[in-house]
Amino acid sequence: MAKANMSPVKNKMPQQDPAVRIRNFNEVALGYTAEQAVDEAKRCLGCKAHPCMTGCPVSIKIPDFIAKVAEGDFEGAFQVINQDSSLPAVCGRVCPQESQCEKYCVRGIKGEPVGIGRLERFVADYHREHCKEAPAKPEPNGHKVAIIGAGPAGLTCAGDLARLGYDVTIFEALHLAGGVLVYGIPEFRLPKAIVQKEVDNLVAMGVKVETNMVIGRVLDIDELMKDDGFEAVFIGTGAGLPRFLNIPGENLKGVYSANEFLTRTNLMKAYEKHPETPIMHAKNVAVVGGGNVAMDAARTAKRLGAENVYIVYRRSEEELPARREEVEHAKEEGVIFKLLNNPVEILPTETEDRALKGFVAGMKCIRMELGEPDASGRRRPVEVPGSEFVLDVDSVIIAIGTSPNPLIRNTTEGLDTNNHGCIVTHGEGGETSRTHVYAGGDAVTGAATVILAMGAGKHAAAAIHKQIMDK
Amino acid sequence: MYKILKRRELNSSVTLMEIEAPLIARKAQPGQFIILRVDEEGERIPLTIAGTDTDTGAVTIIFQVVGATTTLLNHKQEGECIHDFVGPLGRPTELEGLKSVCVVGGGVGCAIALPVAKKLHKMGCKVTSIIGFRSKDIVILEDEFEACSDNLVRMSDDGTWGRHGLVTAALEDLLTEDPKQFDEVIAIGPVIMMKFVCKVTEKYNVKTIISMNPIMIDGTGMCGGCRLTVGGETKFACVDGPDFDGHLVDFDEAMSRGAMYRNFEQHAYEETCNLFQKEVQ
Repeated sequence: MAKANMSPVKNKMPQQDPAVRIRNFNEVALGYTAEQAVDEAKRCLGCKAHPCMTGCPVSIKIPDFIAKVAEGDFEGAFQVINQDSSLPAVCGRVCPQESQCEKYCVRGIKGEPVGIGRLERFVADYHREHCKEAPAKPEPNGHKVAIIGAGPAGLTCAGDLARLGYDVTIFEALHLAGGVLVYGIPEFRLPKAIVQKEVDNLVAMGVKVETNMVIGRVLDIDELMKDDGFEAVFIGTGAGLPRFLNIPGENLKGVYSANEFLTRTNLMKAYEKHPETPIMHAKNVAVVGGGNVAMDAARTAKRLGAENVYIVYRRSEEELPARREEVEHAKEEGVIFKLLNNPVEILPTETEDRALKGFVAGMKCIRMELGEPDASGRRRPVEVPGSEFVLDVDSVIIAIGTSPNPLIRNTTEGLDTNNHGCIVTHGEGGETSRTHVYAGGDAVTGAATVILAMGAGKHAAAAIHKQIMDK
Repeated sequence: MYKILKRRELNSSVTLMEIEAPLIARKAQPGQFIILRVDEEGERIPLTIAGTDTDTGAVTIIFQVVGATTTLLNHKQEGECIHDFVGPLGRPTELEGLKSVCVVGGGVGCAIALPVAKKLHKMGCKVTSIIGFRSKDIVILEDEFEACSDNLVRMSDDGTWGRHGLVTAALEDLLTEDPKQFDEVIAIGPVIMMKFVCKVTEKYNVKTIISMNPIMIDGTGMCGGCRLTVGGETKFACVDGPDFDGHLVDFDEAMSRGAMYRNFEQHAYEETCNLFQKEVQ
């Protein structure tokens, strides 16, 4: 093996300059060059115990693929990843590596861990740009499976089943496949062309994608199984229902759920010069929440021309649930972090002019301090009495989480859900209380990550295969 | 792609289209809606279903040309296609057990009130319809209402058709005559009309169901853009409605929210009109 690169820091990711990128929606991180990738790969010590793999929800053979990169065999590296992950170009960009694979990297003890995510992304991009072969169409095995929802869980489950020869149909409620990858995560973090390529690959393998199909309304699960002959159904409907704060003023004009704000900009392309779908171009924007979605919304608002964008989060920086890189990118782009603050009221414009009435004029917040740890182990934020102040904003975006959509559970008899509205599953394969009905991803766990949803889709595909083959 | 099977102009600004969507036609109930996109870059707009035909697989929509998207849609001809058409969305209007209902329709809202009146009539319920228009030249669906109503009251704002006045005046008269004659009033039309219908029925303590048509994107509960306050609680029109108990709805807030993009919409509408004018030239 080539001599290890003992640099204590990762190869820096080339990226668009913050001053430039806040004026466009192009991808921020530009990706490693081949030289940088090889250099970074050589930082991997190839540990026998491969602790990094224990941190990966789909157990990618990380040291093996990195060894291939170090040798300059990028296509070989892709083949290694492809055994375990079907969306590496996506995961290399959106996985929280610092709390997964890279968290366990031995190089991280004295310095920075190996840039596993950046290498995964490099390998996936290399493959996409260089491999012109369409994926092979597998020999049909004569069994039909329906997938509900074309997000990360559904796409993964569909891909794995299609490779085994299943006749797979994905039903998607929106007009475009991709789920949160197309409506939620912005173009500057995950270019939509990458998602489309993954969908195109599935179609090339014979997967049918039926858009504009709201299962639970136009057809229900029983009809799919009884009338349309699907032998198994996988539910990957995600957690799309936005939560609100339930504070006064939340229905004023200019208050958005992050879902709405991001869907208008991403899926409906409201950022374009002459969009057909409108979006408010606010001057001062408060984003409430501290996760990836909050960072996405804040950075999107900045790109839509806002002068001041605030992240209002009730805990401290340490507790921010967002990926570290997103927080750093947001800071570089001038997003202002108002930590340890909680909104109490959104204030309306005070005017009798009907054209201007009912918009947001500000957001009243209260300062917080951290008290004793709560059930989640994080220190509970408590209000500081008398510390209210008004943040001067004309738009507020609520990014405090989402819950599973109730449509499927309300229209599928005998499908058990818990008191959070999540579908209850048994075992790794995602079996639900209904025979031959499986579920995975955010619909089961509540809002989580792309990679966990993908993992669930994979395991369900294996379970469905076993069930049908054992029949 | 969804084919336009039929296109008919009902008046100078209201058009009826039958869209080929057999799965939706099979499932749709009165009160439910669809969301469509005219073309690949188009905006998603909700329209309440005005009728279905399970034999031809057609879903009828009736729309007023008010903005850019409805202008684009109105320019589509029979045999052409629209890009996306999804539904049926929302909860159906609850009609079971009703014996005598007053259906109030205002303007293009009559298109949505009609399937409700028809179904009630078919169920054997006594149907009193009050339909109102600004003026004689924009009256739509008169014969259709005649066919399914036991009693049809025609109103016009300017007195050129039927009785001179607003639908609320006719409703108030009927309720003064006999406040207990209706199990329920179902009112569909402009938000301001529904607000004042509710003011009247509140006085007589008659249950009133209204149908909201707010701004929305996905129609499945995802964006929350269609939220409104009902009885002090936030509800989503797309999944909790579009029908609500009118006596609990905060209509002023709903009207305010409906005007959120007024400037943008006005601008987009003018641009689209200019575009079509240029084509004509």
